Amino acid sequence: MAELQLKGVEKTYGNGFKAVHGINLDVKEGEFMVLVGPSGCAKSTTLRMIAGLETVTGGEIRIGDNVVNDLVPGKRGIAMVFQNYALYPHMKVRRNLGFGLQLRGKPKDEIATATGEVSEILEIEKLLDRLPKQLSGGQAQRVAVGRALIKHPDVFLFDEPLSNLDAKLRAAMRVRITDLHKRLKAEGRPATVVYVTHDQVEAMTMGDRICVMKDGHIMQVADPVTLYERPANAFVAGFIGMPEMNLVPAVLTRGLGAQLTLDGQTVDAGDELARRLYIQDGPVTLGIRPQHLGVVPAGSPNSLTGTVTNIEFMGHEVNLHAKVGNAAFVAVVPSEAFDRSTQRGDRVGLTVSGSHAHVFDVSSGENVSLKGALN
Amino acid sequence: MAAITDIPVRKGSEPPTAIELKHRRKAMRSSILRYGLLTLVGLVMIYPLIWLVGASFKTNAEMFSSAGFWPKEPTLSGYIEGWQTSTPYTFGKFFVNTLWIIIPKTIGTAISCTLVAYGFARFDFPGKKFLFMTVIATLLLPNVVTRIPQYLLFRDIGWLDSFLPLWVPSALAGDAFFVFMVIQFLRAIPRDMEEAARVDGATTLQTLVYIVVPMLMPALISVCLFQFMWTMNDFLGPLIYISSVEKYPVSLALKLSIDTTEAFAWNQILAMSVLALAPSLAVFFMAQKYFIEGISSGGVKG
Repeated sequence: MAELQLKGVEKTYGNGFKAVHGINLDVKEGEFMVLVGPSGCAKSTTLRMIAGLETVTGGEIRIGDNVVNDLVPGKRGIAMVFQNYALYPHMKVRRNLGFGLQLRGKPKDEIATATGEVSEILEIEKLLDRLPKQLSGGQAQRVAVGRALIKHPDVFLFDEPLSNLDAKLRAAMRVRITDLHKRLKAEGRPATVVYVTHDQVEAMTMGDRICVMKDGHIMQVADPVTLYERPANAFVAGFIGMPEMNLVPAVLTRGLGAQLTLDGQTVDAGDELARRLYIQDGPVTLGIRPQHLGVVPAGSPNSLTGTVTNIEFMGHEVNLHAKVGNAAFVAVVPSEAFDRSTQRGDRVGLTVSGSHAHVFDVSSGENVSLKGALN
Repeated sequence: MAAITDIPVRKGSEPPTAIELKHRRKAMRSSILRYGLLTLVGLVMIYPLIWLVGASFKTNAEMFSSAGFWPKEPTLSGYIEGWQTSTPYTFGKFFVNTLWIIIPKTIGTAISCTLVAYGFARFDFPGKKFLFMTVIATLLLPNVVTRIPQYLLFRDIGWLDSFLPLWVPSALAGDAFFVFMVIQFLRAIPRDMEEAARVDGATTLQTLVYIVVPMLMPALISVCLFQFMWTMNDFLGPLIYISSVEKYPVSLALKLSIDTTEAFAWNQILAMSVLALAPSLAVFFMAQKYFIEGISSGGVKG
């Protein structure tokens, strides 16, 4: 178990393409760090550099006290779980689990004990004499986790391990992996984990901290609550949360409160927001989560009037899509509070909850409404 | 046959209607015609082989008197006399020689092709493109072109009348076709397993031996099978490099019986040809299962 540090890590490919732009990341001992981002954000490349499967073209990767840049994967003290399991197809589960120990020249009885222990934790005792092709997706995934676990690595690396499973199994495996992480911590051998995913649900539910990446840059590293409540920039704000945060252009004027004007209509978002702002009056990007957008009758005071473009009934809540001028909004309304007679094309009023609103700089995308907020 | 299944199935007790009967007759006629034609063409193709086996049991006199393959007075004399040969050695000696050429050659091919293909398929090194082009160029070059320079080379090294000129080129991955075949197979195998092995602490060689070779097995079996059959049938190679009769393989020995007798003992030649075919056929049928498995299934489940 050890700390993992990335200092100014870069990756430039032979053809000159720069995939990773000098990222800095500290993963504490025993921490569950999730790397999340859209496809092509270099999260997998970063993980593969930590594993030693990709060369590092700049910067430094440290595991514990050692700089591991030039060490082969086997000497780094890591174990990895691959997206498509990568079990050795010709070896039975037992040998798949023990192969790493066998290569290290461990005696047979020691391997057998370790295999037994790991298969008990993951409940795969009955599968030990099967070949990988005789396993279901979930079983293969557990064997893949077991193969990592058996080595007692300093750092566990997971590369989108659940993306090949169906939704139900994915939810079960998610819990199993977080439970395992907690169990190891409770047993006094905490595991440092770096977990790559493109699924924000996985990121939010599993990570102690989450590192949001975009185009080879780190956008924000924070715990799930901070990431959701105080996104550092418009990208993180839009990426985390379902449905996505509404990000619309507006003009800011500060008087008594914070006035936001869009499509010729002005709403007052209140004092609280005004106090948090550190930006001059002028054009900004307003960010408000669908859950924090109120739906009121058209023409109500301090509301924006828009036109309903779509209504999605989700069961316990309703997603109401509306347009104010050119700006598209989504509001999430609890089913029971929703006026069922609302039709497409109707006029509705939208209220902005100032205490939950964010204001982003138009050019940099930076969140300029975090003054006084703890970071 | 498919036509039969197109007809709706009725409850057992009811008699088939006239239309159903008509459909069934039509389907039956169609399949009789198809299978009849296929059997006929198949027979035409295999007839020379059947004749070869039949004729090997005929006497020399009967051979040309009738075109049928069934011997009137079956005799084993072709086999017995043919086995003795006109040389001091029996045909057994020539079979041993053949195996003595084939086995090291096949093993050498399998090992060298795997190493070279692994290098090309999985690693980047300077000059890789040029080297790969050279391999492909050898593939396209007719064998005959290199015969004379190769002969001169082996003569100067002093390897004439030994098996070395037959073994060494193959053991150095000289058969570009096999290298190419293994490379193509390797390219279709995802690298994750090898990466997993590296993370597990395997060296490059351990990865090759423990992970890549088992996954390559179907391709390697095909390589060995082809090499076995082609070497068994190779006439020109031994003809050029082997001059003493005691080192002759079967392919040369068959020709020997034509050379040394005035009136050709065809039944002996045919009998020995049948025996010469047997190992290739046996090996093919033994390996067939793996051969087909290799083609029909990859080692990976998604």
